[in-house]
Amino acid sequence: MSTTQTKPQKNSFLAGTANYVDERVGASGILKEFGRKIFPDHWSFMLGEVAMYSFFVLLLSGTFLTFFYDPSMAMVKYDGVYAPLKEAMISKAYESSLFITFEVRGGLLMRQVHHWSALLFVAAAGLHMLRVFFTGAFRKPRELNWVVGFVLFVLAMAGGFTGYSLPDDLLSGNGLRIIDGMIKGVPFIGTGISSLLFGGEFPGHVVIGRLYALHIMLIPALILVFLAVHLFMLIIHKHTHFSGPGRKDTNIVGYPLMPVYVAKAGGFFFIVFGVIMVISTFFTINPIWNYGGYDPSPVSAGTQPDWYIGWLDGALRLAPTGMEFMIGEYTVSMNILIPLAVSLLFLALVAIYPFIENWVTGDKREHHMLDRPRNAPTRTAIGAAGVMFYAVLWAGASTDLIATHFKMNLNQVLVSMQISLILLPIVSFIVTKRICLALQRKDKEVAIHGRESGRIVRLPHGEYIEVHEPLDEYELYKLVDFKDYQPTLARPNADGKITVGARVRSALSRFYFQDRITPATKTEIEQARHHAHELDAQVQKAIESDK
Amino acid sequence: MSDNSKEVVTSKAAAPAAGSYSDHEYELGLRVVNNDAIADPGLEPHRVRMTDKSVKHEKAAVRQVAVLFTLSMLGSAFALWAYFNFPLSEDLSSVRLNTMYLGIGMTLGLMGIGIGAVHWAKTLMPDNEVAEDRHLVRGSDEKRAAAVEILAAANQESGFTRRKLIRRTLYGSLALFPFPGIILFADLGPNPGDSLRHTFWKPGTRLAKDPTGIEIKASDVTVGSVFQVIPAGLNPTQKDYLEEKAKAAVLLVRVDPSELKETDERKGWSYQGIVAYSKICTHVGCPVALYEQHTHHLLCPCHQSTFDLIDGCKVIFGPAARPLPQLPITVDKDGYLVAQSDFLEPVGPSFWDRSVK
Repeated sequence: MSTTQTKPQKNSFLAGTANYVDERVGASGILKEFGRKIFPDHWSFMLGEVAMYSFFVLLLSGTFLTFFYDPSMAMVKYDGVYAPLKEAMISKAYESSLFITFEVRGGLLMRQVHHWSALLFVAAAGLHMLRVFFTGAFRKPRELNWVVGFVLFVLAMAGGFTGYSLPDDLLSGNGLRIIDGMIKGVPFIGTGISSLLFGGEFPGHVVIGRLYALHIMLIPALILVFLAVHLFMLIIHKHTHFSGPGRKDTNIVGYPLMPVYVAKAGGFFFIVFGVIMVISTFFTINPIWNYGGYDPSPVSAGTQPDWYIGWLDGALRLAPTGMEFMIGEYTVSMNILIPLAVSLLFLALVAIYPFIENWVTGDKREHHMLDRPRNAPTRTAIGAAGVMFYAVLWAGASTDLIATHFKMNLNQVLVSMQISLILLPIVSFIVTKRICLALQRKDKEVAIHGRESGRIVRLPHGEYIEVHEPLDEYELYKLVDFKDYQPTLARPNADGKITVGARVRSALSRFYFQDRITPATKTEIEQARHHAHELDAQVQKAIESDK
Repeated sequence: MSDNSKEVVTSKAAAPAAGSYSDHEYELGLRVVNNDAIADPGLEPHRVRMTDKSVKHEKAAVRQVAVLFTLSMLGSAFALWAYFNFPLSEDLSSVRLNTMYLGIGMTLGLMGIGIGAVHWAKTLMPDNEVAEDRHLVRGSDEKRAAAVEILAAANQESGFTRRKLIRRTLYGSLALFPFPGIILFADLGPNPGDSLRHTFWKPGTRLAKDPTGIEIKASDVTVGSVFQVIPAGLNPTQKDYLEEKAKAAVLLVRVDPSELKETDERKGWSYQGIVAYSKICTHVGCPVALYEQHTHHLLCPCHQSTFDLIDGCKVIFGPAARPLPQLPITVDKDGYLVAQSDFLEPVGPSFWDRSVK
């Protein structure tokens, strides 16, 4: 705040208001600090924004739904307008969900807005994570923010699942049944935990109310807190930017918050909301009236969980037959424990990846410049393998639909999925790494020799060459501005011993950086240019001698 | 890389102010320092947009933004109009119209603002890229020294390190205090006891159709037919109906008795080729609802566990490990199918102590 007092200009409402606010909360200081903050521009930076805006839409539409929804499992006779369910015994939760759908104006629209934005929320958060991963934005100083983002992703899935169960329809009830079965499979405590969650035997009379409390209070509150921490760290670190001319680890290049980003990001919120609205207007999601209320006996074939739970369901399906065994009188359900362990291990690897890479490279500097994925081939390949692993698990949740739609044998589909789960990540690692290296080589070649011009010239001695045009200095810099690492040997420590850690680190460094393409150097380019000049002279001579 | 692995990172742009890059060293690790790197040419020159150089285009852009904002107003007004003019009724097509017109109006209301604002920013607000210096995240050496001093002073004044007795008892109390809070949750549910080992089936309970509750005579069951079965007397109005049904649901199938492969101990559990098996999957508890008549396979639609009905419902494919439990049945004097007893093992998903007697 400035020390001189400003007086409101006469007849200016805006100035008067600004003065009022500043004298009470010191808003001018905040505005001075943040008003012209620079944000870099790239389409992929919007993915996180999409996730955040979907969350805001979830809060808005969800609040509307709470005013009508009744999280009670008490059974009532249905007496609403939906004729096929007339007289059916259903829970109040399901009844109120039907009421919202058929008897509240815009109720179905809001239910669909809520469901679609939930799907978009998890999808955008996942894509945002992939963007951060493949560009190396998780490196120092942002490792902790990666972990915060990871927690947000898990919370998003938890929010989705707890909400999915609330209508208490047949489909969501079967989802809960699966959760019950998984919990019961946990040794020692499973049976007890299941009884605590359901208030006795499945399905009980309390679980919907409990999930509701988690869904509308605890989980959104946690998401808000972690979101605040996430954004707070974003402000502390400032946003990353892609490498390129004028962009350094020591600066940030972009547009000021006010007015450009207020307009762009503010407008973008309305666009995200609008897109969710138009999808919800025209595309049905979760038609609960088709399923009927929950009943433990019937089930419909070909049912699918919401997309973000698919990979966990797939993990359950892919477990081979007969993995359960007994220790004395006790049952060990490895057919549930192994999928659980694999899923948790996968999540744990995602959470700690920044620390692994940091340990291997030993690069303790701050990184504010993003890598193009090709310029970190091993990381990109690891990411591709992870995506493939997730994708196979995810497709595993649809083995039955794949079999019926493509007229294939269900058992063969499942077995090929089991094989793919091991094989495809390895294949995609190798292929992705080779593609990255090939792209890097191409970049280097273009940087050194210039762009192919399409002009073929015949030299006096009969040789045909294609004339290459040199890049301008900005394009050239984009191709050569990346960081280069080299593998290291295991070195003895101060006591003269080579520790196991040093050996592992050295092996990992070879794994990461054995195959590497170095950026084109000044000398290489000068040599190439010199060579090109000589060729040019020959070409000119040839043309002149023709005349 | 061992000797020269430290390098002072310098920046021309950053002044040597506190916390700037030039006054601190970080380890490079495996990073290669390229001494032959191509020089950074600096920011690309700004490209002038049509709206920057032509008044005509600028005015057009202003009009476009205004039109978009106007479209938004019209959309919102339309949504309000649709709310009253497309009410809901017994006719379910009214839900479709209500959703559609309300949604179209609200979409326009939102998109008009969104696209208008972005268009405004992209065409009319300056698009010169600006560079701003970053500072190291770590505090300057002075700040860190001051922070350390504060911590030391706090430690000195409280005696946190010095007074071991206080510190250790504090740790103990902090470690214990959450437990009463955790134990409070024990009443979320009862001790499961042996509730999972018993179902609604008792000796003599008649088999009834789900959901009508009509009792089934052995003569009603033709070869190849399948019945969804619940115990007679299980009433939808009773309080624990769903919990009981979740354990007692049974699938009844009649096959050619010569095809049945029955173990000696289960010889008397079927009646003239009529067998009754628990419908609750032994994997995670989905209803095993799909029966393929010509192969006698039962398939769980959730995770595709497949059971062979004529061979004691053994698992032949999928993640389930145990056969579906069989309900021993017979007929009573009136010809109705009845249970000989309850299931002899717990039904549904496996749990840790399911085999403990």
